[in-house]
Amino acid sequence: MSKMVTQVREGFFLDSVALMRISQTIAGLPGVEEAALMMGTPANKEIMAAAGLLDAQGEAATGGDLVFGIRAEDEALAQVALATASDLLFQPRTSSSDAATWQPKSLRTALPKLAGANLALISVPGDFAGAEARKALYRDLNVMIFSDNVSLVEERALKAIAAERGLLVMGPDCGTAIVSGVPIGFANEVPRGDVGIVGASGTGIQEVSSLVARAGGGISHAIGVGGRDLSSAIEGASTLAALELLEADDATRHIVLISKPPAPEVATKVMDRLSKSRKEVTVCLIGGGEFDAPVEIRKVDTLKAAAMSASLNAYFPEWNTTNEAQSVPPQRTGVRGLFAGGTLAAEAQYVFLAAGEAVSSNAPIPGGARWVNGHDGHVMIDLGSDEFTRGRPHPMIDPSVRDSPLADALNDKMLGVVLLDVVIGFGAHEDPSGHIARIVEATDQSDRPVVVASVTGTDSDPQGRAAQERRLDAAGVLVAPSNADAAELALACLLSG
Amino acid sequence: MDIITQANDVAVRRMLTGDPALVDVVPAIEAIDGLKDRMILHAGPPVAWNDMCGPMRGAVTGIAVFEGWAENLADAEEQADTGAFEFHPNHHFDAVGPMTGMTSMSQPVMVVENRAFGNRAFCTINEGLGKVMRFGGNDLEVLDRLRWLRGSFGPAFGRALRHIGGLALKDLIARGLTMGDEMHQRNVACSSLTLRALAPAFAATSDDNDALSRALAFIGGNDQFFLNIAMAMGKSIMDPVRDIEGSSVVTAMSRNGTEFGIRVSGTGDQWFTAPVEMPEGLYFPGFTSDDANPDMGDSTIVETIGLGGFAMAASPAVAGFVGAGTATEAAATTHAMAEIVHTENPEWTIPSLDYRGVPTGIDVRYVVETGLAPTINTGIAHKDPGVGQVGAGVVRAPLACFEQAVRALAVRLGIA
Repeated sequence: MSKMVTQVREGFFLDSVALMRISQTIAGLPGVEEAALMMGTPANKEIMAAAGLLDAQGEAATGGDLVFGIRAEDEALAQVALATASDLLFQPRTSSSDAATWQPKSLRTALPKLAGANLALISVPGDFAGAEARKALYRDLNVMIFSDNVSLVEERALKAIAAERGLLVMGPDCGTAIVSGVPIGFANEVPRGDVGIVGASGTGIQEVSSLVARAGGGISHAIGVGGRDLSSAIEGASTLAALELLEADDATRHIVLISKPPAPEVATKVMDRLSKSRKEVTVCLIGGGEFDAPVEIRKVDTLKAAAMSASLNAYFPEWNTTNEAQSVPPQRTGVRGLFAGGTLAAEAQYVFLAAGEAVSSNAPIPGGARWVNGHDGHVMIDLGSDEFTRGRPHPMIDPSVRDSPLADALNDKMLGVVLLDVVIGFGAHEDPSGHIARIVEATDQSDRPVVVASVTGTDSDPQGRAAQERRLDAAGVLVAPSNADAAELALACLLSG
Repeated sequence: MDIITQANDVAVRRMLTGDPALVDVVPAIEAIDGLKDRMILHAGPPVAWNDMCGPMRGAVTGIAVFEGWAENLADAEEQADTGAFEFHPNHHFDAVGPMTGMTSMSQPVMVVENRAFGNRAFCTINEGLGKVMRFGGNDLEVLDRLRWLRGSFGPAFGRALRHIGGLALKDLIARGLTMGDEMHQRNVACSSLTLRALAPAFAATSDDNDALSRALAFIGGNDQFFLNIAMAMGKSIMDPVRDIEGSSVVTAMSRNGTEFGIRVSGTGDQWFTAPVEMPEGLYFPGFTSDDANPDMGDSTIVETIGLGGFAMAASPAVAGFVGAGTATEAAATTHAMAEIVHTENPEWTIPSLDYRGVPTGIDVRYVVETGLAPTINTGIAHKDPGVGQVGAGVVRAPLACFEQAVRALAVRLGIA
């Protein structure tokens, strides 16, 4: 037989919602069949009576009294519930301070909170990136589109809107930029300086800006334009807009343009613009082969050369590839490059081709061969391409993408050298060198290929370039000062065998 | 884009310049053009008798007995089955009604006049808490109270209002917001302010002390007395905002217990409807969510003008129906609603948000863009006829209504 207990507190007021919340908690206690805490107004007493929670004592309560009505399986359980209800009445309220600041959900409500904002970073699934970019452009914001899978038609339309409004669209698929000293996306902590970069490639911008910093220079702005900007469909729209910005920027002394080989008619258009520049200009079209460039423009083929061309100071510390080379047994003839950075993979291919070595790749540059699985010879794999990243993070974020190919390569008796890149900076994994080192250390040290790597980044980056290099060195990895030097070193190891 | 923005500027200016005053209480048949014998106005978008939810059916049979059209509830139901009653939404007759929203010829309705535009809107008198017709109650107690409202309280209320030349509402709301009301679930302050303003006029126009005492006690004993006034006020503010070509501002949100419907200024009188959602909330002892009827009532007109869920920050306790019930959560709700409106109301401000104005002028485009559906504070009715209120809580408007509205507006503007 269930037992009902009531209690009346005269002259005790608590908000009805607070009381309903306590009632709900009490009703959920073990053995409690029904519970209510209500102010004793006629309407409330009617509800309590209907629920079988009102006795003569409760009936006598007035609107200014708090009535407890609890029905439980037995007297003891009812008393426990009553005591709990009393405790809850006086329990201190917890505050959810993390909800104290409201994060705006739209540009419309965000912009008034940040006067002077002039750049929007867009990182949403590609199907929606165009719509978001339009909203930003129509609010006179420059746009960096991190998203990929934006159609060419959409890219063209967005860049036309930007041109009309005197704005810049970086991307789509733009992962790296440094605007007025502020790194955006995957970028490195570099000093401000007088070298301006326009790049269709994220890791290309990272390598050049890091090498410029290492040579004692700095970056005015590094502007990403997206991998398709120099295609015939887009006609270099953002590249040309970025060049105008750097041209007008007093802080910029030297402009570096980094790109994959452009469409010929677009190359002409861009070279034409560059030839009119009042600044020093270096153009790095990796593997671009022959193109006509006016004499005022310095043409280079590697990222390292681009950085050297733009730097005022002498370059690296003493570095002699031949001195650093380790010989490999003659039966080990192949080099396997496993790259997180697509442009770094391209640069390595270029170094090999320039040295007369055949090379294949899943992302071949002109003159290289398309790699098929089981292919012998030198192979440079871009692990950031779709076939490796579908459904998982980019290897710069998640270095485990490289684990299995790296372990395979280390155990491959045909390979003389395994060539790696380590890209650090904002957005990158916290310790990519440690990740590589553990895999190398787990391999039979007496019979493995030589491992050669370089670190793209600076000592000011969160991971620290020197620390990352030391970790590689401790694992027996040969560390070169740049990606191009690493490729040269790989070749030197083979030749010294 | 500019056409829409300009149209919305006009829409919101009309909202903000509205000057509503409660001016009279008269029988519905005198006040409402087109209302007639055996016609029942209900909450929400149009709904046929066969599609009505339990509490709405309960209210219909109750009102049929009240009006003398039926002998008893069973007779009323039979007559309804044979099509003896004509059903229309309140919104089609310048009226609004809470929950089931029954409006019929002999009920007294409060008249709110928007003095800036000259239009009038109507709402029945709030019956109080507990078993009431708006929640589907229909027994003798319910009908007796309606008879008293018709025969005694309504006429006295009307005399008092005429005596003072009407009660201006805009400043009353401003005050209520600073006193913890959000005008949907919380009306204690405004009900009290109304009583304070009207009591002398009730006394001055009464020659029956017993009736006077009962009338004043009725207002004083009903924390939600002001809700129906706020609703008529909302309707009077929003009606002049209708039919502005190109405007994406919502002019009405309303539910019939089966469907949720909205109307948008730039798309005329078209309703955009979707199945109504279940409120999330707390229940009276003896009841659970299994007993609850889906969301219902014209009271969402209050959110349409920036009060209720939109003014949650003014009434932190209401946030307790869902979540932790902290003041920061209540503030977050108001901030979220600010994402989906055209502007804020400079006269209706919330002290705890540094006197930020309530979010005003719901823009269907922003609702769709952000995915933030309007938050509505609501009572919860029992799903069966005749039972009444079982709880209260919070519910979201279905996004589908807003998506349809955006499409329809785009078609109308030739940009779809």
